[in-house]
Amino acid sequence: MIQFERFVLDNGLRVLVHEDPSTPMAVVNVLYDVGARDEHPDKTGFAHLFEHLMFGGSINIPDYDEPLQRAGGENNAYTTNDLTNYYCQVPAQNLETAFWLESDRMLSLAFSEKSLDVQRKVVCEEFKEHYINKPYGDIWHKMRELAYKVHPYRWMTIGKELSHVEKAHIDDVKAFFFKHYRPVNAILVVAGNVQVEQVKQLAAKWFGHIPMGDQYVRNLPQEPVQTAARRQVVEADVPVDAFLATWHMDARLDKGYYIADLITEVLGGGASSRLYQQLVKEQRLFASIDCYHFGTIEKGLVAVDGKLAEGVAIETAEAAVQAVLQQVQEAVISEQELQKVKNKTESVIAFEDMNVMSRANSLAFYELLGDAQLMNDELQRYQEITAEDIRSYSQQLFAQTNSNVLHYLRKK
Amino acid sequence: MVLNRKQAPGITDPAAFELQLRKHDYFELDNGTPVYAVNAGAQDVLMIDMVFYAGNWFEEKNIVAATTNFLLKNGTSKRTAFEINEHFEFYGAYLNRNCYTDETASLSLHTLTKHLPELLPVMSELLTDAIFPEQELQIYKQNQQQRLRVNLKKCDFVANRLIDEYLYGFDHPYGRYSSAADFDAVQREDLVQFYQDYYTKGHCKIFVAGKLPADIQQQLNTAFGHLPFRKDKLAKAHQIQPAEKKVQEIINDAAGVQGAIRMAAPAINRHHPDFPRLQVMNNLFGGFFGSRLMANIREDKGYTYGIYSYLQNHLHETALMISTEAGRDVCAATITEVYKEMQLLRDELVDDEELSLVKNYMMGTILGDLDGPFQIINRWKNYVLHGLNEQYFYQSIEAIKTITAEEVQALAKQYLQEDQFYALTVV
Repeated sequence: MIQFERFVLDNGLRVLVHEDPSTPMAVVNVLYDVGARDEHPDKTGFAHLFEHLMFGGSINIPDYDEPLQRAGGENNAYTTNDLTNYYCQVPAQNLETAFWLESDRMLSLAFSEKSLDVQRKVVCEEFKEHYINKPYGDIWHKMRELAYKVHPYRWMTIGKELSHVEKAHIDDVKAFFFKHYRPVNAILVVAGNVQVEQVKQLAAKWFGHIPMGDQYVRNLPQEPVQTAARRQVVEADVPVDAFLATWHMDARLDKGYYIADLITEVLGGGASSRLYQQLVKEQRLFASIDCYHFGTIEKGLVAVDGKLAEGVAIETAEAAVQAVLQQVQEAVISEQELQKVKNKTESVIAFEDMNVMSRANSLAFYELLGDAQLMNDELQRYQEITAEDIRSYSQQLFAQTNSNVLHYLRKK
Repeated sequence: MVLNRKQAPGITDPAAFELQLRKHDYFELDNGTPVYAVNAGAQDVLMIDMVFYAGNWFEEKNIVAATTNFLLKNGTSKRTAFEINEHFEFYGAYLNRNCYTDETASLSLHTLTKHLPELLPVMSELLTDAIFPEQELQIYKQNQQQRLRVNLKKCDFVANRLIDEYLYGFDHPYGRYSSAADFDAVQREDLVQFYQDYYTKGHCKIFVAGKLPADIQQQLNTAFGHLPFRKDKLAKAHQIQPAEKKVQEIINDAAGVQGAIRMAAPAINRHHPDFPRLQVMNNLFGGFFGSRLMANIREDKGYTYGIYSYLQNHLHETALMISTEAGRDVCAATITEVYKEMQLLRDELVDDEELSLVKNYMMGTILGDLDGPFQIINRWKNYVLHGLNEQYFYQSIEAIKTITAEEVQALAKQYLQEDQFYALTVV
């Protein structure tokens, strides 16, 4: 049970405080309700590029990192399709330094041309490092475009193409900031060796005077229900044939999300999972195989992702995957197997909660979903799922018409 | 009162912190196996790390150590690989094994404390009764070969292998790497023999941390206290054979858009009195986000997503390594800039402001690193395996607090000499 207190500043900034006197550190986590899904289709990759620019100096402070490091702090940030999250950890004595830095960059960035120029290049190198200069690096670009026709989940957070990042203009940067990086669209979590009263004072002092801004109303085009199977074959300079398939699953707070999460554990979560045991170990069709999803807020994708064993035909591999999926659609899994995936979930939650930074992250995320208290109800939601839920949801999930299959083959 | 946002709030200088390393408990099992324990934390979880002197340092044939380690949990006379995996996963536990290009390998468990009694007996079984089924070995070989094919397309993977070979020579455990033919050559008998010598009758040290049950000593003793572990590790020596040629440019993928750059030179190990200060110098040079290398090559030039330098600490050898992936057309410029930064540190005294920033940053980071039982035991494990004690911790802290600009410069003159460095680019 993670304890916390919540209050809201007059400018709409939601503040959560989680006291943990056992650590000498304090964590300040600022989540902005903007992600790659909020980008214009011709300017993708912008939310992530913007995250880099948040370190390029704010209106009153030329450099973010230096004063934080001087205070003994560390920081980082990440952008997903759904949100952008900034977090730093400092020795608790120096908590106010983090308030000073985070509030100034919420007040306004410096909008430096030099910073934009350099970070465009840095992000282009990041793009190359992870998505171009690696075998299979573009596989998820292709899969997203196959699985989503309308919804902005059809592009990756890094962006559709390098040129979008290269073309980013300082006017885009300013407009994006004042649209999304306002108190009313943000959640502040302060955790660790801190007290609620102290946080109230500091929050009022440093964040209280920042103009509220307009609440961002998200109005994204919704993906129509897929009605026919989709397939694509890609040939590339890769050494091993790969198989990737996805199916549309439910949104983060729907019951179906929790069922889908357990299904991915049954199929792909570890060395005793069904896909690994049957297709890697028993039938030796795959060298590796996994089943997972991305935990997105809106309707996401369940994926089966594998590399084939040498000499296996992709059609044989695909049919074998289908046969494993067929099992969970036809027969209920045993109580023992259900208990296993629930136990794993309990364990994952316990290990995540060891770390104060991770607790702060989670509180911000669940508050974004609607209520930080949801964090404490998660395990219960998993416990309520039955073996029959898994069977019936598998039928809906793995329906042929809901499938997107990509064969990523070695160029002959 | 109007808030002056240009004025930084006052800070407590982390360099003034009095950091304490929490002591570990120590006991021995009936067979003399040493156990280092840290009982702390709020969550009901724990980790057990069993370190064996079974790294590739001891193998007679390439990849036997890693293969033995990987297949430890792939079958005993009583359980199949599936049953073993199913057992640990049923309890939501993680049983991992790791083999290092060094003296050690490990078998480690992360679990909710309440499930420990169900898991320890099976861990014990894996250490005495693993049978290495031929079928499991065949699957492993086949899959590792596929994996290797994929990895060999990656410039960073290839560069990591080659730089170690240049530093230590292919015949040294630190410089050796695997080929498809090595996988073909491994036989079941090699594994069975290695397992007998280095696990069942090997030397083991146990590290446990987390919320430990009151009877942890008894539980460990019941599981492992009767095993025929040897009291000391076996001695074995290897000679390094560094490459003569210092500059190498390799085209691994003609269509590559980036190059993996690795620059490395031999350095001193932790037993050398300069080592703690060298760590401070390294941090300033390339050890964190605010370092000289990052400030110049990423934040000013935009050549790379990230560049770091670090001290690669093996038990027997140490190297100062610089690592980055840079745009193909700016690889040469990146190397030039690295050398420029070396020269700058050799030629000019670092100013107080920069040095105090690095000191504060390092102290804050160590404070954060000491937070939590797993972090504390990992630090202790590192010390124990390297033959160090808590004095080393306090000497490191003292070095951070007291190092001067002149000392940084002297260290740079000694350890950042261009002609000592290998410079490798793999596109």
